[in-house]
Amino acid sequence: MAASMSVNADTFTSSNPFHICNICQKVIRKKENGVRVLRPVSSGPSAFIPEEEIVELSQVGPHTEQLLAEAYTPSGQLDNLTQVMGLHPHYLQSFLRSQFYLLRMDGPLPLHYRHYIAIMAAARHQCSFLVSLHVREFYRMGVCLDWLKGLQYAPQRLRNLNEINKILAHRPWLITKEHIQNLVKTGENCWALAELVHAVVLLAHFHSLASFVFGSGINPQVDTQNTSGFQSVHISNYCTCDLASDHHERDSSFSGTSPMTSDYVSELEALMERMKRLQEEREEDEASQEEMATRFENEKKESLLVSSGDFEDEVTPTSKVSRFVEDATFGYQDFARHGDDNPPTFRAHDYSWEDHGFSLVNRLYSDIGLLLDDKFRTACDLTYYSMASHEDVDTTMLRRALFNYVHCMYGIRYDDYDYGEVNQLLERSLKVYIKTVTCYPEKTTRRMYDSYWRQFHHSEKVHVNLLLMEARMQAELLYALRAITRFMT
Amino acid sequence: MRELSSWKFCEQHLTQKQAPLCVILCRGPTFSPGSCYDHVGLWRLGSNKQSIMHLRQREVNIFFSHFIEDYWVVGREERCRYFGAMEKMSRVTTALGSSSISGRTMFCHLDAPANAISVCRDATQVVVAGRNIFKIYSLEEEQFVEKLNLRVGRKPSLNFSCADVMWHQMEENLLATAATNGAVVTWNLGKPSRNKQDQLFTEHKRTVNKVCFHPTEIYMLLSGSQDGYMKCFDLRKKESVSTFSGQSESVRDVQFSMKDYFTFAASFENGNVQLWDIRRPDRYERMFTAHTGPVFCCDWHPDDRGWLATGGRDKMVKVWDMTTNRAKEIYCVQTIASVARVKWRPERRWHLATCSMMVDHNIYVWDVRRPFIPFATFEEHKDVTTGIVWRNQHDPYFLLSGSKDSTLYQHMFKDASRPVDRANPEGLCFGLFGDLAFAAKESLISGDANRKPYPGGDRRYPIFFFKKPDPTEQFANVSSALSVFESPVESKHMDWLVTTARLYLLSGKPFAELCDHNAKVAKELNRPQVSTTWTMLRIMFSDPANPSTPGPNHIGKLGTLPLMNSFSMKEMGAGLGVEGRLDRSKGESRQDNLHLEPGTSLINSNNDENEETEGSDGQAEYMFGDAELDDDDLYSMEHDNHGAEYQEYTLPQEAFPLRHEIIDNPSAPEHLQQDKADSPHASGNEADIMCLTPIESFSLISISQPLFSPHLPAQFFCPVVREMLIHYAEQGDVQMAVSVLIVLGERIRKEIDDLTQEHWYMSYIDLLQRLELWNVSNEVIKLSTCSAISCLNQTSTTLHINCSNCKRPMSTKGWICDRCHQCASVCAVCHHVVKGLFVWCQGCSHGGHLEHVMNWLKSSSHCPAGCGHLCEYT
Repeated sequence: MAASMSVNADTFTSSNPFHICNICQKVIRKKENGVRVLRPVSSGPSAFIPEEEIVELSQVGPHTEQLLAEAYTPSGQLDNLTQVMGLHPHYLQSFLRSQFYLLRMDGPLPLHYRHYIAIMAAARHQCSFLVSLHVREFYRMGVCLDWLKGLQYAPQRLRNLNEINKILAHRPWLITKEHIQNLVKTGENCWALAELVHAVVLLAHFHSLASFVFGSGINPQVDTQNTSGFQSVHISNYCTCDLASDHHERDSSFSGTSPMTSDYVSELEALMERMKRLQEEREEDEASQEEMATRFENEKKESLLVSSGDFEDEVTPTSKVSRFVEDATFGYQDFARHGDDNPPTFRAHDYSWEDHGFSLVNRLYSDIGLLLDDKFRTACDLTYYSMASHEDVDTTMLRRALFNYVHCMYGIRYDDYDYGEVNQLLERSLKVYIKTVTCYPEKTTRRMYDSYWRQFHHSEKVHVNLLLMEARMQAELLYALRAITRFMT
Repeated sequence: MRELSSWKFCEQHLTQKQAPLCVILCRGPTFSPGSCYDHVGLWRLGSNKQSIMHLRQREVNIFFSHFIEDYWVVGREERCRYFGAMEKMSRVTTALGSSSISGRTMFCHLDAPANAISVCRDATQVVVAGRNIFKIYSLEEEQFVEKLNLRVGRKPSLNFSCADVMWHQMEENLLATAATNGAVVTWNLGKPSRNKQDQLFTEHKRTVNKVCFHPTEIYMLLSGSQDGYMKCFDLRKKESVSTFSGQSESVRDVQFSMKDYFTFAASFENGNVQLWDIRRPDRYERMFTAHTGPVFCCDWHPDDRGWLATGGRDKMVKVWDMTTNRAKEIYCVQTIASVARVKWRPERRWHLATCSMMVDHNIYVWDVRRPFIPFATFEEHKDVTTGIVWRNQHDPYFLLSGSKDSTLYQHMFKDASRPVDRANPEGLCFGLFGDLAFAAKESLISGDANRKPYPGGDRRYPIFFFKKPDPTEQFANVSSALSVFESPVESKHMDWLVTTARLYLLSGKPFAELCDHNAKVAKELNRPQVSTTWTMLRIMFSDPANPSTPGPNHIGKLGTLPLMNSFSMKEMGAGLGVEGRLDRSKGESRQDNLHLEPGTSLINSNNDENEETEGSDGQAEYMFGDAELDDDDLYSMEHDNHGAEYQEYTLPQEAFPLRHEIIDNPSAPEHLQQDKADSPHASGNEADIMCLTPIESFSLISISQPLFSPHLPAQFFCPVVREMLIHYAEQGDVQMAVSVLIVLGERIRKEIDDLTQEHWYMSYIDLLQRLELWNVSNEVIKLSTCSAISCLNQTSTTLHINCSNCKRPMSTKGWICDRCHQCASVCAVCHHVVKGLFVWCQGCSHGGHLEHVMNWLKSSSHCPAGCGHLCEYT
């Protein structure tokens, strides 16, 4: 085992052991021009969140602890992702349960396939955290290790999955029943429907998890206990910024007690005021139907404008990740583009998770529906009835706005939702953040994270990330499952 | 009361001198079909149309419960007896209202997928509503005719996007729709303008899933929405009169009770069903959990007051009796997909129709008493059915349905397919201890005199008697007989497999020794063919340069076998084939035994004898050719059709004289003669091979030895070995196939495709695990060369340990706790930390290094920790 690991570790190391991602290359260029570069503030699990904010996990109840026990990495450490998510133990519980079921329990796919699919999915977003995590898991399986040399070493069957992998990751609305047909049609490398559903759930899970990882600035796993050659080589593969910390000069006013703080307070007050007003307005002001439709279109269109123009140049993925990516140029494109023939809007009432998605997924891959249902529900219903310093607030509206805004960007429309609310509740900087985290999470920066909701707690921002992650996962699943349903009928 | 006079009824008589009585249901001053029956009156015919008595509520119930099913009813109460057929009455009354319904199975294309449909009171028109469609069709004799398009305007608003629609059952111009944007809209067809929209209620914040008119009140409308609220509207007012909060997410269905004026039921996404009193919006009357996951639909029984059917995402339809204090589940039907709609069938007390939300496009009509097979199925739709409705409240023969495939269908019940006709009425199942239960149509088994009637199988008929059982309305009579065959206790059906699995050696020794060992094992279990196969394998694949050195006793036992080498491969194949046939014939006759119960014991005992004789033959070296003859003799006595094979097995006797003739010829070397003589016969008859006496074989061996020098390469045998393995696997002896595969390893692996290998491995492992032979199965997994198999051992390999001191999970290492910095597992013998295998006593939980504890317990019986417990090491 040790021998094989070291062999593969070699093949896995890029030619340049100290790889620097091109964000940092840019920074370095700036640095040479005399710009001060800051190291990540936090050495804890997250680059965005100070270590002390992340609750000691010993505080959680014994039940969760049991669950966490299963989440421990082989080295016996709780990984950073779990630690950050541990800010919301209630959610963490259902998250871990479904992830455990997906990766370890009985299912149509063999175990090493599952991890490989996870790697493929995470690699689409260049999420080295998840990729290396699952590369490690894959090693532990001890089979088919040469797949790790890259996607072209994997069997054709898995490589066929790449097509829907990239579509789901970047433009899920493009998936059609033909894609499903190509995978399922009889032949040497065909997929059974049950296997395909398993794979689709895995893909959606890890795409959205990548969003969370970048959105919360999860730091790479530094294993202090393990000093084996493999691990250390492995770690040196990361750029120190991990694509997450900001390369810009940090806003100095953020930490200090500057006069601007009062502005932030009023910002919060204003948001609460708007929520209250909306709540009351609803009874009297009824927008006309056409008005509602245009509001959705507006919101969809506007999501185009919030794209962050910061990164014009393509991020070249680090080589250790890129070996799992084929057709790397396939990236996100806006759902609603000016002038183009837009794909038809997805009507949530024609294909909803509760009615249709659940039934299909549960039919083909038993029990996963229940677990996902539980996870979605937990994520959507999670509330502490507080906003920043304010207690006893009904945040339903805000949560729904976040969830529906993500779906809106993916072209999923709810007839019974007034998209005007999104505009009122979500400020521009937040929209930029949402768009980045859901659509191209690899471009998330610390500045984006810091720039919205400055008064809010970190745990609340993690909560936002949870919602974004679940909304994205559901959107991807809806598109994929709808395609499968159409294939089946 | 004009209906009364024209109503004919059957002249079953009541009491002696009374004039015939007639029963009619009426409400208020007029009687009309579809109205609520508050009163039941009895009229004396020919009298001046005066009701002679009114039935009280309870009696009405009895009345209903007896009339639903086409029964002539003789009531239980002495005071009044009820006569008449409900069906007849309704027919007549409908006939008064409109022309009687006729039609055929027909459909029409809609422009868009339908979400819901509803019929008007007189069953002549149907409304179809969906996201992009809102039309009224009239039902003609031969076709649907579009009457009206309610979707008007250049750019129709979302108010037209309907999730549900309902036609009022009292007022034929009134419709209500539930819009996906949360609006509740009513439509008045009597309006002169093109836009028939009447009222618009936008009180719900989320999609409205369901609207429901009160069955008797014209102005009362109920709605249930995604936002968790139900609202009751009075259509004369601009807004809702009361709001009911389900305290839960999403109301999926609301239904007014048909019988109780004030009651309605609501079903929820969280699996609950609530009963409300329309007068009390503050809290529900009762609530119970009906399903896991959303309850998509519910429906009150049209006649039985207390019955509510619910259907949910958990693929079940449940019927609840609500008359008791706790809602009681009285029937449960398991369908194959989540249930989107459920509708009781009119006039048929036990029947209900369902359609599903996903995947399954059919409409099923179930008899709730027979929940395992649908009574009838309509299979016309190409996409999921979204709305079903019985065309008329009193006619069970017409069903209308709308679907996502943009069609509207009228199904005739007579055209429905009956799954029961196609169902296989035989069932077969093995019990835990090898018993076999077999159920078949009674007629098939009736010849069997010995059969005992199965207790409880007797069907108790209701107290009333059938009018005339309509064959299309009854399930085919499928009373079946169940026979249970007990396997004899001494049956060693699987014993050989278990023993073989335990004793076989698959690795760890030179190839030849493995083969010999396994051959011996097989031989001891009286499986000569398997044993021979092993020996043959040894010979084929052993390296001739360094021949294995079997002990002298081996030569004695296996002496005949080197001869095999000289036969052509074809012959061997044939030999195996015949052996196989023999096996199969055994199998067949065993199966036959099951059918012929009286003969079973006889044959079993014969079998036992057989085994004994075979056993004794085994001792007398390779005489099993005869032994099998015995076998066949025996079977052919029972079954004539084995005569042909019997013929084959007489051949060996002919072979003996032939061979002896050749031996007489001194000119040719003996062994060559032998070969020549054997080959032609052996091709037709393998028994010859087996019939060599030990003496002959001894002599042959000494002579034939030189023949070995031009040894055939091992690859030469691969095709035949491959065939042999496949043969074994097909015979059901996957154990042999896998064992040979493992023992031969690389020699044969490439010959057989990976999928087949994997399949064999999986079957064998599964078999071993069922027999709880975990060690063997693990060994097989370990030795397998398929990656898919060997990775089976990689699953669930994590062992989580909690610290024995602080009870927290041990995170980093297995022996030292991060938190309390204590060594958790210390050996009780040497007091050092155990880093490898830790063994502990389950009684006192002390333990330590495996070896230490083993040694300790050899000399002492007490716990090494000194706790005084008498530990035991097994």
